[in-house]
Amino acid sequence: MTSTTEQFADLSATTLLRFATAGSVDDGKSTLVGRLLHDSKSILTDTLEAVEAVSAQRGQDTPDLALLTDGLRAEREQGITIDVAYRYFATARRRFILADTPGHVQYTRNMVTGASTADLAVVLVDARNGVIEQTRRHAAVAALLRVPHVVLAVNKMDLVGYEEKVFAAIAEEFTAYASDLGVPEITAIPISALAGDNVVEPSAHMDWYGGPTVLEHLETVPVSHDLTACPARFPVQYVIRPQTAENPDYRGYAGQIASGVLRVGEAVTVLPSGRTSVIEGIDALGESVDIAWAPQSVTLRLKDDIDISRGDLIAPSANSPATTQDVEATVCHVADQPLSVGARVLIKHTTRTVKAIVKEIPSRLTLDDLSQHPNPGQLVANDIGRVVVRTAEPLALDSYADSRRTGSFLLIDPADGTTLAAGMVGESFASKAETTVQADEEGWDF
Amino acid sequence: MTATVAHVHEGTDAPYALSHLDALESEAVHIFREVAGEFEKPVILFSGGKDSIVMLHLALKAFAPAPVPFTLLHVDTGHNFPEVLDYRDRAVAEHGLRLHVASVQEYIDAGKLRERPDGVRNPLQTVPLTEAIQRLKFDAVFGGGRRDEEKARAKERVFSLRDEFSQWDPRRQRPELWQLYNGRHAPGEHVRVFPLSNWTELDVWQYIAREGIELPEIYFAHEREVFKRNGMWLTAGEWGGAKADETTETRLIRYRTVGDMSCTGAVDSDATTLDAVITEIAASRLTERGATRADDKMSEAAMEDRKREGYF
Repeated sequence: MTSTTEQFADLSATTLLRFATAGSVDDGKSTLVGRLLHDSKSILTDTLEAVEAVSAQRGQDTPDLALLTDGLRAEREQGITIDVAYRYFATARRRFILADTPGHVQYTRNMVTGASTADLAVVLVDARNGVIEQTRRHAAVAALLRVPHVVLAVNKMDLVGYEEKVFAAIAEEFTAYASDLGVPEITAIPISALAGDNVVEPSAHMDWYGGPTVLEHLETVPVSHDLTACPARFPVQYVIRPQTAENPDYRGYAGQIASGVLRVGEAVTVLPSGRTSVIEGIDALGESVDIAWAPQSVTLRLKDDIDISRGDLIAPSANSPATTQDVEATVCHVADQPLSVGARVLIKHTTRTVKAIVKEIPSRLTLDDLSQHPNPGQLVANDIGRVVVRTAEPLALDSYADSRRTGSFLLIDPADGTTLAAGMVGESFASKAETTVQADEEGWDF
Repeated sequence: MTATVAHVHEGTDAPYALSHLDALESEAVHIFREVAGEFEKPVILFSGGKDSIVMLHLALKAFAPAPVPFTLLHVDTGHNFPEVLDYRDRAVAEHGLRLHVASVQEYIDAGKLRERPDGVRNPLQTVPLTEAIQRLKFDAVFGGGRRDEEKARAKERVFSLRDEFSQWDPRRQRPELWQLYNGRHAPGEHVRVFPLSNWTELDVWQYIAREGIELPEIYFAHEREVFKRNGMWLTAGEWGGAKADETTETRLIRYRTVGDMSCTGAVDSDATTLDAVITEIAASRLTERGATRADDKMSEAAMEDRKREGYF
């Protein structure tokens, strides 16, 4: 039972951290997630009783915390996590949305899914095995998706005698690799998910470690508000025209601000047409406001009656993106059917869906050594590669490095609607912080 | 309590922070507008329960000052709480909406469904629901399901494609990245849409309090004649009542969820106001469904199995 003070603290905790977990099969990821939920008192009695009953039925002495997270029949049968699950918990300091992603190689696309909306990624390694191919793959995916914070959780420290030098060697190797990929912040924590060391409670076995526990770090890491520092972008979702007696002339452009800040009186340009106007009013879900920012859903009214429909992008005239019909991007291929040069696809970018042709696949990346294979001809499930796509109509694109929202897109199979690939416009990996000044960075442009 | 618009926090590190309720509201509104922009004939599943009431409230805000561009669909088990049906009809009239009703009782009367020996009708909803979707040709169906409710629902996408048999296949879900929802579907298929995916039970109640949304009375503590079956307090009604070996008593109770009367249990409570309900839920050590739903206790994968067949 939580105390009264904790309850009221819970109710006032207002910031939200979205994070994703990744680890190889048998690294103990489900146990870590179970431990995090269990020790932070986020598991309610009836749920825990169900887990205890199933564990006892299977002849286990202690509840198998992995059962808390493996929700599908097939997952429990095989003891592995197949699909991303989203979980919700809160502490006195913060609310969390956890994307619990599978670690198996064949489900790399699911880690991409989890990482696409994450502010932080926890990469798990087994202290006995150290950094393996899957660890490098997970670090690379986090870097590619530009997740701002990465935590390396070195698990099963109890099986290596809680030795500092084992942890230090793994932390050093991982930090060097991830920094090279441009991961801006890396925190390494030695843990035992099974025994509960340094997950929620500090470990009594590792005096040599002076850093935070996993939960402490999650509670205190700064949540980025970069969205509002970027130029404003407003993809139009829907045109609201009541044409009623009360509102005969109302014409509003509904959408969610993808990045930046919009103000009444600001001069704006509508893309791809290039027509200009001025923001006359902003309706924030029924209330008129002077200013609004990402990620608020609002409705804009403009001074001039110009032709605007779903798929258009409204941006400040002083800082609007260029439009192009030639898109160069990194894609993660997420479908079972391959993507080949010459394929006719649909590209879904913000609220706009247009026809496109895959003109080139210049390279495919091997994540374990980051080597590039030129002109592979096609990409198959879980491949990451560079593509050049020609679109039937111009798109107003930003670089993914500048905006996750307006720099990302989906490729869709027009025949059956399958999501084929997730795309990120522009350079793939960020360069090291020290070298950004003379960043030509052909090295990472595979 | 009615600060519906986030305000700039001057002098802080995060001048443009959104509260978590504003962020959830904004995300849900975005989902409603995506569906309005991309589908031909969407419908909101409306039971008169708190989640569907919040969905309707969000839809009203998303398209104001224009009317909600969707109709409503209620799957009537025939064992509904009268207070809830009354609320449903008032909401429909107040907002000038159109309501479709799919009736489990009609299916039973016509011999197309058979009453279960235990009288529980929740699992029987699947057939009238999926047939109504096919008959009325809905291509997007909003549900109030939340991922915090149950471990199979934790795996659900915001946009969930259903085949021509309305089936869910958890192993063949489309990856869902960023906020780019793929709603493409073939004729006969439809997409289930869950705008409250990222909300918890507490978020729903805090939002109801902030927005001053009216709810059916059964959500608040009141005295009611109940009897105990399978560890739950049930209310007698047209569906049946206490058997010879079950005794009826008057207790101070309220409901955490609204569903079929035969399998929705009440909880002991003296919470008569929204603030009291929120305090009670924050302190509860039982999940919403664990406390009140008999049908989820049928097997470890009860929800997954029903979802596969087309249930929400």
